Amino acid sequence: MATGGEIRRDTGYRRNALWWAALVHRISGLALALFLPLHFLALGLAIEGEAALETFIRWSDTPAVKVAEAGLVFLLVAHLVGGLRVMVIETFAWRPGQKALATAGLAVAAISGGLFLIRVI
Amino acid sequence: MKAARLYVAQRLTAALMAPLVIGHLAVMFYATSNGLSAADILGRTSGSVGWALFYGVFAVAVAVHAAIGLRAISIEWAGASEQAADGLMLISGSVLALLGLRAVAAVVFPGAL
Repeated sequence: MATGGEIRRDTGYRRNALWWAALVHRISGLALALFLPLHFLALGLAIEGEAALETFIRWSDTPAVKVAEAGLVFLLVAHLVGGLRVMVIETFAWRPGQKALATAGLAVAAISGGLFLIRVI
Repeated sequence: MKAARLYVAQRLTAALMAPLVIGHLAVMFYATSNGLSAADILGRTSGSVGWALFYGVFAVAVAVHAAIGLRAISIEWAGASEQAADGLMLISGSVLALLGLRAVAAVVFPGAL
C-alpha cells in the first residue's frame, strides 16, 4: 500500500489458509504442465514398440523416480481438489468452513502421495 | 470477449477432466500393484477404442487447460504482455496436444513406426 511515496508491503494475507490454497493450486498446475511433455514423450516411446517403452520403464525403476512419482500424485490430487474447490465456490453460495475444507483437501493429496509411495517403493 | 471465453474454456475443461483425473489415478494405483511394465500397459491399451477415447479427450482437454493457465501465470507472475502470453498459450497448447495425442496413438497402436 502506497502512502505518501512510501511503499509498505503488507504480507498479512500470507497467514490466510485460502491464500496458501490458491498458491498450491497455481504451483501444482505449473509443475504438472511442465511435467506433461516428459510424460507424453516417455509414453510416446511405445510408437517404436513395446521394447522401447520397457527399456525406459526399467531405466526409471529407481527409488528417486518413485519418490518423484509420488510427488506427482500429490500434485495431481492437490490440483484436482483445489480445482473442485474453486468451481464449488464460484457456482454455489459461500459456506463457512472453507479453510478447514482447503486444509482437508491438502491432507487428502498428501495421503494419496504417501499411499502411492508405500505401494511402489 | 476473449477473457470470458478463456475463463469458460478453463472451467469446462476442468469439469470434463475431474472424472478423468480420478480414473487416471485409479489406473495408476492399479497399474503399479505388481510393478509397472510395458507389457501390462500396452496389454490394456493396445487396440482399445475405449482407452483411445478416454486418453484422447484427456490429452486435448489438458492441453487447452494448461495453456490457458500458463497464459495467466505468464501475465501475473512474469509480467508478460498480453500478446506474448497469447503466443505462449498457442504454442504450449499446440505442443501439449500434439505430444499428448502422439502418446495416445503410441499406446493404442504400439510399434506403429
